Amino acid sequence: MKSLIFRTASTYLLPLMLLFSIFILLRGHYLPGGGFVGGLMAAIAFLIHSFAFGLKETKEIIKINPGYLMPIGLVLAVGSGMVPLFVNDPFLTGLWFEEPFRFIGMVGSALFFDIGVYLVVIGATLTIMFSITESV
Amino acid sequence: MIIAVLSGFFFAALLPLLGRFARKSVPLIFSFLPIALFVFFLTSLPLIKGGNTWISYHSWIPSFGIDLSFRLDGLSMLFALMITGIGALVFTYTAYYLKGHPYLDRFYGYLSMFMASMLGVVLSDNLMSMFIFWELTSISSFFLIGFNNEEASSRKSAMTALGITGFGGLVMLAGFVLIGHAADTYSITELLTRPEVLKSHSSYTWIIVLVFVGAFTKSAQFPFHFWLPAAMKAPTPVSTYLHSATMVKAGVFLLARFTPILGDTFWWNTTLITIGAFTMLYAAIHAIFRVDLKSILAYSTISALGILVFLIGIGSEKALLGAALFILAHALYKAALFLITGIIDHQTGSRDVSKLAGLRKVMMPVAVAGFIAALSSAGFPFLIGFLSKEVMYEAGLQFGEWAFLLTAILVLTKILLFVAGFWAGIKPFSGILPNEFQKVTLPSALLWVPPLLLGTLSLLFGVFPSIIEQALIQPVVSSMTGKESPIYLALWHGFNLVLLLSVITLLLGFFLYVFLKPSEKLFSKTLRFENISPENIIETIGSYFSIFAIKWTKFFQNGYLRNYVITILAFLTILTAYRLFGGVNIYIDWKQISVITPSEIIVVVLMIISIFFAILSTSRTASIVALGVVGFANCLFFLFYSAPDLAMTQFSIDTLTVLLFMLVLVKLPKNKTFSSKRIRIRDAVLSLLFGTLIAILTLEVFEEPSSSEVSKYFADNAYLLAKGRNVVNVILVDFRGFDTMVETVVLVIAAVGVFSLMKLDLNPSKKE
Repeated sequence: MKSLIFRTASTYLLPLMLLFSIFILLRGHYLPGGGFVGGLMAAIAFLIHSFAFGLKETKEIIKINPGYLMPIGLVLAVGSGMVPLFVNDPFLTGLWFEEPFRFIGMVGSALFFDIGVYLVVIGATLTIMFSITESV
Repeated sequence: MIIAVLSGFFFAALLPLLGRFARKSVPLIFSFLPIALFVFFLTSLPLIKGGNTWISYHSWIPSFGIDLSFRLDGLSMLFALMITGIGALVFTYTAYYLKGHPYLDRFYGYLSMFMASMLGVVLSDNLMSMFIFWELTSISSFFLIGFNNEEASSRKSAMTALGITGFGGLVMLAGFVLIGHAADTYSITELLTRPEVLKSHSSYTWIIVLVFVGAFTKSAQFPFHFWLPAAMKAPTPVSTYLHSATMVKAGVFLLARFTPILGDTFWWNTTLITIGAFTMLYAAIHAIFRVDLKSILAYSTISALGILVFLIGIGSEKALLGAALFILAHALYKAALFLITGIIDHQTGSRDVSKLAGLRKVMMPVAVAGFIAALSSAGFPFLIGFLSKEVMYEAGLQFGEWAFLLTAILVLTKILLFVAGFWAGIKPFSGILPNEFQKVTLPSALLWVPPLLLGTLSLLFGVFPSIIEQALIQPVVSSMTGKESPIYLALWHGFNLVLLLSVITLLLGFFLYVFLKPSEKLFSKTLRFENISPENIIETIGSYFSIFAIKWTKFFQNGYLRNYVITILAFLTILTAYRLFGGVNIYIDWKQISVITPSEIIVVVLMIISIFFAILSTSRTASIVALGVVGFANCLFFLFYSAPDLAMTQFSIDTLTVLLFMLVLVKLPKNKTFSSKRIRIRDAVLSLLFGTLIAILTLEVFEEPSSSEVSKYFADNAYLLAKGRNVVNVILVDFRGFDTMVETVVLVIAAVGVFSLMKLDLNPSKKE
């Protein structure tokens, strides 16, 4: 789309929406939000950018093929589930650090699980969207 | 023990990173793992002495009674030693056999994955984890059989093997679930303490039928045997490892494992004896009609598996001792024969037993190994095969009124196997070396040391049975009988009927070997019966099934999205309408309805307007945006009624949907032709009906007393157990984390599916 307003806006929207999606991801455990929604938002951010500037530019910004995010996310999610096995707890038991971290708050295996979901959602959504866009 | 079992998987996971380096410089490094495991199990031998067991427990999914506990007793020890020992030899052998193969590292990955899953099967104490490892062996063997994936026949055999063993595994799962239901435990150790529970249970017959199907498919018993000869398409190391020593014996292992739990009933014994006896004779006859070395070995393996099933069916202490000995003897000589076949194939390029001759002149050590293996297979004295044969005959003779018939079948099978063994182990090396093989050379020691080592062991155990008598075989037998069973192995039992039978076997076998020459002609005679072979029947059923599936799919999935939607909606409408026909139970308590706020009215009006706009608009884009408005209005309702998570997700999804439609629709021309009036009316009627039904259903839901127990539990425990205040998210990542994990996998599969569908170009000529 060749609208100047849209283009200018999307330049600013992209980082803002990405930041917001991470914010949503991190607050998920206490307030509305979470990996799934966060992932969708991040994907939308990139999509809007691709509307304004075309797919090629967006891909250049992302640098890596978004498809790679899927296995990375899966490994992270499964891995966070496996961690409890090492202390003889069942698969996917939540483990937490005692003290909260600065800015982030409590950190535990569930957070990494959620980050995994976040990455998978971004990867899957972008892969679907990009391959459809390229084919029509 | 968990590390020992799972190390193979970790090893396989490391290979994509390190494999390339190891493949080029030091392929032998791969053998390190099986050797280390073999040493580990060997040093654990004293732990199981006298029928002791070593159990290591790791909890996995305790709420379903599934755990990763492992049980090392005589039976699993015998198998673990075979898996790792022969594994070590095969790993080493492959280093030279597939030297320089571009996918060598991948091959080792599959191989170690297989080894780990096989260890899991034999060591698992939990039926569910055993099932998982069982299926993993099927899956990893699929990759191994289809390793030469550029050949169509390879791919087909891999599919056949996976189809048959995977099917059997699922049937077995049903059996396991029944067992768990009947005995209220999946733990083998616990089942062993109270076997009478299952035997007297009303579903006992079902349990053994289902377990039998699992065991028979894996161990290639008639009528599921045909996948094994087909699987010989795999590289020879794979055939050695999977199809002689380990995987095919998993079924036998299963039967042996369940003997003290389910065995010793009329149906158990009769079925196993019948199937085993039939399979062993049928396959032995098949074996001597073949000319391809690997086919001969495949059929003789099936026959040997039949013997094992048969012995477990007899079920006496003698028979189980015979089975234990034969498992070991067979693994030693059959693996050696397979390895030798691989060497012959590698060096001469031929596996045709009617052409091969005189190779001892050029590869003496291999000939020696073949000689020992053939003798052990035939059951000559001073070899372990002899011990197992003697015990077998004794067990057959002790079996009541059917003793004569059963022993006769056993002797006949043994005679035929004698011939098959000699063809594979001696025939290629005896006689005069033909001209075409003059230039054949002795391969690297990596190839011929493994079979020679196996032969040495056959000889060693045969001459000094006391080495394995108390340390290994006695625990095996007592874990199969479920009690302390003293055993005694000896070379010399005196002049008796058993010895006479042995002599008859050897003489007749030798006689047959001298007079029967393998040839294509004999083989072609068997082709007449191809039409009624189980393989053909099952394949025909399979092809009709796929024709039916294609027709069915073409009818319902004709490529028009609108037809799909109509079919789905119409089906749902009819189904729910039928259900509601019996009477609707709606009662609305007007007093309880909350006050309607102006904002809600505005949103509803907005919804209605945009619905009509979507229907009536002539522009696609406008319709889509209008639909998006409906979705957003919905989200507002979620927000009003305090479901912010849902609203947020719905917002994002709606945005994405609109964006996706825009992506596609912008490229399409304006709506020019409209569907005819009749179709529009049909669609309208259907939509109205569907909408009404859903509305009725929703209202009916209110009538059901809603159970708040679950939501209360989650709300109460979200912070206590999972340290989160957002209950929805805690459910997603913690309480129901497993669901979420599987869902993300589904998402990935969907993405990969879309990607490949979109990028798939069936018509490459179109590319510019």
